[in-house]
Amino acid sequence: MKHEVFEKNSIILLVGILVVVSIGGLFQIAPLFWVDSTIEKVKGMRPYTPLEQAGRDVYVREGCYNCHSQMVRTLRDEVERYGHYSLAAESMYDHPFQWGSKRTGPDLARVGGKYSDQWHVEHMINPRSVVPESIMPSYSWLMSRQLDPATVEARLKTLRAVGVPYTEEMIASVRADIAAQINPDSRPSRELLKRYPKAKVAKFDGRPGVPPTEMDALVAYLQILGQLVDFATFDAAGPNLR
Amino acid sequence: MADTREGLEAFGDVLAVLAAALFALVGAVWFFGSSDPAMSFHGLLMLIGSVLAGIYVLNTAFREKAARAIGNYEPPEGYFDGPIKVATVAAVIWGIAGFLVGVVLALQLAYPALNFDLPWISFGRLRPLHTSAVIFAFGGNVLIGTSFYVVQRTSHARLAGRWSPWFVVWGYQLFIAIAGTGYLLGITQAKEYAEPEWYADLFLTIIWVTYLLVFLGTLWRRKEPHIYVANWFYLAFIVTIAMLHLVNNAALPVSFTSPSSVILWSGVQDAMTQWWYGHNAVGFFLTAGFLGIMYYFIPKRVERPVYSYRLSIVHFWTLIFLYIWAGPHHLHYTALPDWAQTLGMTFSIMLWMPSWGGMINGLMTLSGAWDKLRTDAVVRLLVVSVAFYGMSTFEGPLMSIKAVNSLSHYTDWTIGHVHSGALGWVAMVSFGAIYCLVPWLWNRKGLYSMRLVEWHFWISTLGILLYITAMWVSGITQGLMWRAYDSLGFLQYSFIETVEAMHPYYVIRAIGGILFLSGSLIMAYNVWRTIRGDEPVDIAEQPRVAAAPGLRVQPAE
Repeated sequence: MKHEVFEKNSIILLVGILVVVSIGGLFQIAPLFWVDSTIEKVKGMRPYTPLEQAGRDVYVREGCYNCHSQMVRTLRDEVERYGHYSLAAESMYDHPFQWGSKRTGPDLARVGGKYSDQWHVEHMINPRSVVPESIMPSYSWLMSRQLDPATVEARLKTLRAVGVPYTEEMIASVRADIAAQINPDSRPSRELLKRYPKAKVAKFDGRPGVPPTEMDALVAYLQILGQLVDFATFDAAGPNLR
Repeated sequence: MADTREGLEAFGDVLAVLAAALFALVGAVWFFGSSDPAMSFHGLLMLIGSVLAGIYVLNTAFREKAARAIGNYEPPEGYFDGPIKVATVAAVIWGIAGFLVGVVLALQLAYPALNFDLPWISFGRLRPLHTSAVIFAFGGNVLIGTSFYVVQRTSHARLAGRWSPWFVVWGYQLFIAIAGTGYLLGITQAKEYAEPEWYADLFLTIIWVTYLLVFLGTLWRRKEPHIYVANWFYLAFIVTIAMLHLVNNAALPVSFTSPSSVILWSGVQDAMTQWWYGHNAVGFFLTAGFLGIMYYFIPKRVERPVYSYRLSIVHFWTLIFLYIWAGPHHLHYTALPDWAQTLGMTFSIMLWMPSWGGMINGLMTLSGAWDKLRTDAVVRLLVVSVAFYGMSTFEGPLMSIKAVNSLSHYTDWTIGHVHSGALGWVAMVSFGAIYCLVPWLWNRKGLYSMRLVEWHFWISTLGILLYITAMWVSGITQGLMWRAYDSLGFLQYSFIETVEAMHPYYVIRAIGGILFLSGSLIMAYNVWRTIRGDEPVDIAEQPRVAAAPGLRVQPAE
């Protein structure tokens, strides 16, 4: 065939381009939606609590992904530094994913439970007060910004619309669950734990009685990262997988 | 004939006013209806922009009608260069803004106090502003401007549309303003190089489809039987970016008056879609589009034909076919299935071939004219850019090899690699094109000063070299420190020790960035003096092609 055909007709050229540039995506992206082994089922995964999701929204808004990854690769030094390599299932409810592409700061996929809430709050207010060599910006303003439960509720509804399995009950109790998660040892907090196992309940920003802040939300989110799958019982070859 | 033309123009005017009214209405809904102050502000920007555009269209239409009535109306003839002038000036301005933000970011990494504890200018919000400003605002304007120039000249046809080219150019500036201010106010989808939220994305989609139609419409008017090679690359860039943009940004808005949305994809699928998009933003925005520039401006400037016609055909089809597969090399050793990683690596390595084929085609176009490298600094900018293209398209496949990637990924090596491509290739070829275009568009005898182009060239080159060498050293150092074990078998360094070790390189990188920024300021001064119409200070040192086509002295036979 003569190449002239493409050079003399813009529509044929256009169609030729479209065909050629579509093939790669069809082969690489499409199968990920129907090959079952892409996301192997793992016990423990659940959607984020309203407070954790609000914290995730703060994480997204502040562009934390520009410096922090959330993806432990299958390399010896990474597994020793950060913990078990990340599973696909661990980000299955993440819209958008936050695997990141740069580690100016450390990976955060398993940061949950590594530091106390107080450490996180101090670190956010002034990173150099706890890590003198840190080059992270300070996020002190999160302490004074109150969460808007209506925004969180609207967000959870939208997440449900794209496939995150929030139940009617979960959507109905968004406001109660936000209040409950910063109110330890209360009756509503026990209800929260029934809906969202393993959620950490604490007044994260260390100021009991103060309405929920963005700092509460962000620390709640950081504290759940990597906590949902129990790697003490997880067996890569075992029935976790299929 | 005159009646049909008048009728068509009137129809175009009506459509333009209706479109402006529609955009104004949407802007008003967001301005008055959104409870989010940032989105309100964006509604206001849209409202003001649309009202101004509507008034301008109406004013022009009535002025022309009046001129027709008294019989002294002259319909526009020849090439349609107004929108190209706007895009060229916009590229210079956005370029400086983007480089400046880059310098601020570099300094913030060396001296974190420069975040000033303010949300709007903290690193995480500024970094997308930098990447979008240089890629989409600077690079995008260069691409829109040059593509409109090249498609007209190589087709011997006037740009299609009466208002559409203006809408593409000014609409694009409005999109940049909405996206950029959004980042600072915390409105983002947190997908790299695709941070703008749903409403900015939708607006860009409308602009982009118009862009495609203007480009195609101009091709349809062409008086040349063949579509010139540069236009293949521009066309591939425009349609592929449209495809990538639509799939990667597929999102469900929380509500029509809320700035936030939820991406349809999640986790591993989102990761694959994102890097399919992300790597091809490099492949089609920063490569195919700029290769269009290479295929027009290098032959034009050195007055030689493209080295090999056959090579350009092979280059074109293999490049666009292979590039689209390369995305997964951003996800090596992650939870992405292994088969996808291996495919991504394999195609990335194969990509080396068409990339170097294109480089050879560009460089060898200088056959018989190599002396121009010495005598014409604009040629030097264009040619050195192609050399940088060759270097970074060798480095890229190397870094896509899984074993290399296990060291380089997440480190500054990636940042260095990106900048050897972005500064060395994209920005240098853009500078070359801008230096060509300004005297040609504004009908000048030459640039205000060739000496200043020399300064720009050397200062930027020095800046780039400092930048990429600093990032090579810091990236490889950090990668090695992360995986270093002591004699007892424990990890040798804590993470923060590896951060501390980066400090000197971050300072060097900032110096490189400052040099590069200084070069672009020199360019802005030179461009401004040229546009103003100042007499060139060194016209004797400029080649005849530096002058606008009508002002060129014929070479001696």
